Amino acid sequence: MPSQYIPILIFAALAAAFPAVTLVLFRFIRPTPVAVGAKLKPYECGVEAEGDTRGRYSVRFYIVAILFVIFDVETTFLFPWAVLFSTRHEGFRLEPVYALASMFVFLGILIIGYVWLYRKGALEWV
Amino acid sequence: MHSLIDFLLTYWVQLVCAVIIVAVLPLVAGYIVLMERKVMADMQARLGPMRVGPHGLLQPIADALKLLIKEDIIPDEADKAIFWVAPLISVTAGMLAMSTLAIGPWFQIADLNIGLLFIVGISALGIFGIVLGGWSSNSHYSLLGALRSAAQLVSYETAAGMAIVGALMLAGTLSTREIIATQNDYGVWFVFAAPVGFFIYVVASIAETNRAPFDLPEAESELVAGYMTEYSGFRWALYFLAEYTNMVVVASIATTLFLGGWLRPFAGTRAFNFLDFLPSVLLLGVAGYCFYRAPKQPVKIQKMVLAAVGAMIILVALILAAPLLAPAGSFVASMKAGLHGAFWFLLKVGLYIYLFMWLRFTFPRYRFDQLMRLGWQFLIPLSIVNVMGIGVALVLHRHFGWSHWTAFPLTTILTLAVAGLLAAAGEKQEKTHAIVGEEA
Repeated sequence: MPSQYIPILIFAALAAAFPAVTLVLFRFIRPTPVAVGAKLKPYECGVEAEGDTRGRYSVRFYIVAILFVIFDVETTFLFPWAVLFSTRHEGFRLEPVYALASMFVFLGILIIGYVWLYRKGALEWV
Repeated sequence: MHSLIDFLLTYWVQLVCAVIIVAVLPLVAGYIVLMERKVMADMQARLGPMRVGPHGLLQPIADALKLLIKEDIIPDEADKAIFWVAPLISVTAGMLAMSTLAIGPWFQIADLNIGLLFIVGISALGIFGIVLGGWSSNSHYSLLGALRSAAQLVSYETAAGMAIVGALMLAGTLSTREIIATQNDYGVWFVFAAPVGFFIYVVASIAETNRAPFDLPEAESELVAGYMTEYSGFRWALYFLAEYTNMVVVASIATTLFLGGWLRPFAGTRAFNFLDFLPSVLLLGVAGYCFYRAPKQPVKIQKMVLAAVGAMIILVALILAAPLLAPAGSFVASMKAGLHGAFWFLLKVGLYIYLFMWLRFTFPRYRFDQLMRLGWQFLIPLSIVNVMGIGVALVLHRHFGWSHWTAFPLTTILTLAVAGLLAAAGEKQEKTHAIVGEEA
C-alpha cells in the first residue's frame, strides 16, 4: 500500500535535512576559512600532485563491475523465488520439488558460467 | 489545518520514531566510537580515553563539538557541488536503511511487506556518496580509495545477498516483523538452521562497511585516508557517521535475520522465563560498577557525573523490571513486549558490533587481490551452494518427511565440505601465484 511509504518519505526528508542543516548552520559559528596556497591543494604527501586524476585506471575495475551485474541480477531473481518457496500463504506457495528443480537449473547455468570465468582467469585480480 | 491534525493522529508513532532515530543515531555513532577505542585499548593493554569525563564518557560530545567548529576546507581543484553533497548522500542512505527495521515490537517506522529488500537496496546507495566524494576531490588517493570501495562493495554485495536469500527461504517473507515471528514459531533462530549463511553474512558485512581487516578503501599505510583524504572537519565527520550508521544497519539486519531479532533466548520455553530478569540484573551490575568507581575519580565533578550515570542505569533497570513485578494484566505489565524486545534487539546489535571490533583488532589487513579472491572465489560460490543446501534441506523436510534435525545438519555438513574444497583450491592458487611472482 502506498500509504505505508508516507512515514518513510518523511523520515527521508528528516534524514537528508539533518546533516545539511547542521552543515549550513554551523557556518556561522565556524571560523571563516582563511586557507590559501598549498592548504587548498590536493594532498600528495607534501609534493606537487603529478598527472591527471581524471585519467585512466586499471581495467580490472570494469571487469568487476560487469561481473557484479551478472551475479547481482541473479540474486535479485532469487529474492522473490525464496519468498514464494516457503511463504505462509498456501495458495501462492510453489510446489517444493518443482521449485527446487527450477532453482537448480537456474543456478546450474550460472555455475557453468562461473566455471568458465574461473578458467579464463577473470576472477583473478593479478 | 484539519487534515494536518488527522495526519498527525494517524502517523504520530512513526513520526516520533523517525525523530528519535535522526536525533539519537549520531549520538549512538559517537558512543560506538568511544566503545571501539575502549575495546581497542583493552585488547592492547592500555586505558584508552580517560580525561574527558569519567572514564572518557564525555569524549564523543567533545569530539563532535570540535569537529563542528573546525575550519571548513574545500580544495581549489575540487568539484564544489559534488564535494558538498557527497557525504550527505552517504549519511542519508545509511539512516534511511533504518526505517523498516523493527527495534522491538513497538519501535518501527514502517512495516513494509518488502522490508528487507528495501533495506538492502537503500543501504547500497551509500556507495554513491563514497564514489562521488572520491571523484570530486580531484586527488589520486581519493579516487583510488573510491574505486577500491566500489569494487569491494559490489564484490561482497552478491555474497551478502545470497546469504540473505538463504535465510529468506526459511522465513518465507520479506517483512522484518514476520521474519522474527517465524523464528518465534520455529522456536529456533536461523543462525542454527543456516550457520554457513550467517558466516558468509558476517564476512560480507564487514567488507561492505569497509571495516578492518577489509578496510582497503581507507588503508592509512597505502592511501592516506582513501576517499576521505580531502575531507576535513564536519564533512569528514559525516562520512564517519555514515560508516557507523552502516555498521548499525548491517548488525540490525543480521540480528533480524539470523539472531532472532527482539526474541529472548529460549523465548518459547517456560523453564527459561527467569531470563526475563537478565536485562535488569545486567544493568544493575553495570550501575554497581559505576558506583564502585565513582569515589575513585580524581575530580569532584567526575565523581558526580559517574554517580549520575549509575543512577540513570538503575532507572533503566527499574523500568525494565517494572512489567515483570507488576500484577499480570495491568497496563505496566503489558509494556513488557516493547521494552524487553528493544533491550534484547539492542543487546544483540551491540554484541554483533563488538564482534566487528574483535575481528578488527585480531586480523591484519588483507591485500587487495586477496580480498577479491576471498570474495569471488570463496564466498560467492559458497553462498550459491549454501542456498542450494537450504533448498535441499527444506524439500527433504516438506516433501520426503525428514525431520529438521537430520535434514539441516546433513546439508550443513555438505556445505562445509564444499567450503573446505574451495578453501583448498584457493590455497593452491595462492601458492602458484607466489611462485610466479618470485620467478618474475
